[in-house]
Amino acid sequence: MSEITAEQVAHLANLARIALTDEEIGHLTTELGQIMHAVEKVSEVATPDVPPTSHPIPMQNVFRDDVVGTTVLTADEALAGAPESDDSRFKVSAILGEEQ
Amino acid sequence: MARAELMDFDKALELFEPVIGLEVHVELNTTTKMFSSAPNPANSQFHGAEPNTLITPVCLGLPGSLPVVNGDAVKYSISLGLALGCEIAPSSRFARKNYFYPDLAKNYQISQYDEPIAFDGEVEVELENGRVFTVPIERAHMEEDAGKLTHVGGSTGRIQGAEYSLVDYNRAGVPLVEIVTRPIFGGEADTPALAKAYVATIRDIVLSLGISEARMERGNLRCDANVSLRPRGQEKLGTRTETKNVNSMRSVERAVRYEIQRQAAILAGGGTIIQETRHWHEDTGATSAGRPKSDADDYRYFPEPDLLPVVPSKELVDELRAALPEAPAARRRRLKSEWGFSDDEFQIVANSGMLNELAETVAAGATPAAARKWWTGEIARLANAADVDASGLVSPEHVAELAQLVDSGTLTDRLARQVLEGVIAGEGSPQQVVDARGLAVVSDDGALIAAIDEALASQPDVLAKIRDGKVQAAGAVIGAVMKAMQGKADAARVRELVLERAQA
Repeated sequence: MSEITAEQVAHLANLARIALTDEEIGHLTTELGQIMHAVEKVSEVATPDVPPTSHPIPMQNVFRDDVVGTTVLTADEALAGAPESDDSRFKVSAILGEEQ
Repeated sequence: MARAELMDFDKALELFEPVIGLEVHVELNTTTKMFSSAPNPANSQFHGAEPNTLITPVCLGLPGSLPVVNGDAVKYSISLGLALGCEIAPSSRFARKNYFYPDLAKNYQISQYDEPIAFDGEVEVELENGRVFTVPIERAHMEEDAGKLTHVGGSTGRIQGAEYSLVDYNRAGVPLVEIVTRPIFGGEADTPALAKAYVATIRDIVLSLGISEARMERGNLRCDANVSLRPRGQEKLGTRTETKNVNSMRSVERAVRYEIQRQAAILAGGGTIIQETRHWHEDTGATSAGRPKSDADDYRYFPEPDLLPVVPSKELVDELRAALPEAPAARRRRLKSEWGFSDDEFQIVANSGMLNELAETVAAGATPAAARKWWTGEIARLANAADVDASGLVSPEHVAELAQLVDSGTLTDRLARQVLEGVIAGEGSPQQVVDARGLAVVSDDGALIAAIDEALASQPDVLAKIRDGKVQAAGAVIGAVMKAMQGKADAARVRELVLERAQA
């Protein structure tokens, strides 16, 4: 497996909207590399006859009935943890040029 | 915004071959959301809810909350996949699409990536000019909608210049199916019309399945149009742009046409097309550059660990397949033949978007010809004048009743139009309007004869002409009688009686 590079860490930080100093990037590059190597050990035991899995429990088709539940929030409850709100809506700083 | 230089459409077609790809998002109308038991605003019973009142902790991505798949949304998606002629994946799973933007509180959207629920289909699309295309479908996958942002402080309500944004998460988590076509070749000059007809066909399909309200102006159906041009004779596809925010059938056609003309002007001038997202502006009829495809498109998809695979049984798929309604294109062919309409007659009905209204009117007892006459004639005229949707103006049952009142001789066409106005004004059923306004044709010959005798007596010269065999002179008398009867008489019957009385 390839090494984690400082460029990759900077790219991830940008995607995650986290401002990092060069010092922090260096630090995280080392740490993330160590984590990668630790996880890589799995490949030593994962032989080709072991299928990849995205879930530890062999279950499928777990569905919910299409019925309104009991955990629907009021606007006040929904906004209770919001740093800022206005007119029953969450208030966030404008992010330019990133309309999805 | 400076308007881009455009090449004449026909000229652009001479030099370049347009290739399009369409992505249509369909909001399903289940009672609850895709992964949460919150009420679904895309279902009519929850329209107009106050901001942030249709949400659960799952919609907000609060710590400890976990998504659970809505079983009905899966069934709807499979039905849609089947209606698009797709294979249904024996096993399908969800994936996280990671991006940081406040329209989703979790910082990822649950979507499908490598294992969509449906793939490899095709849809028959009929253009307004009667040409039939087969549009290849690459995939249809399930995902959740995002919340709605309102940008405050900008001069136009758009994000440019905004000071802050307000977020309503009611829409976050609404079940979506995204339908992606393969590149569509061969549309040529019909390419813009083909894009429109394709979206209209998707609308017809989801409406016939009853799985979405399919109102574009409400965002139930949204289209992103990918357009590229390649010089004639070139194999390699050109660079494409993706136009978003196209919110009506008409805009789909206009946006594709605009992009063809804009790109042609750039390419012919030696420029290059930038692969980017563009925004369609309904008011100016133009697209503007959005953000370029860049690092930010690195969504780092990975399998959603909170959800289990969807493995539809063969029994379920067979059951849903058996319950599929007739495909829109097949239905149109059947109705055209059943109704005995000419190509032109049928095309006018189909293009008016009132096929369902006509079918229901015929089912309610009207002849196809009468149903066509009313819907594409007087009703369309009134709807147009009031700038409303014809389908909301009057019910098919009332139109059928009106047509039957004309057929039975109770109403003339002229009276029927007055009755229609009464029905539209909410005065009740056609029969109730006839009774209340006293609009029925006077079928009492006694009353007609009295009026005829009076008219003949006051126009002795006309009487003399009729007696001399100049039957066309009767028109003046008929007119006077119709006026005396305030139009509530059958002109043909009046004519018969006039000729009869003239000889008396």
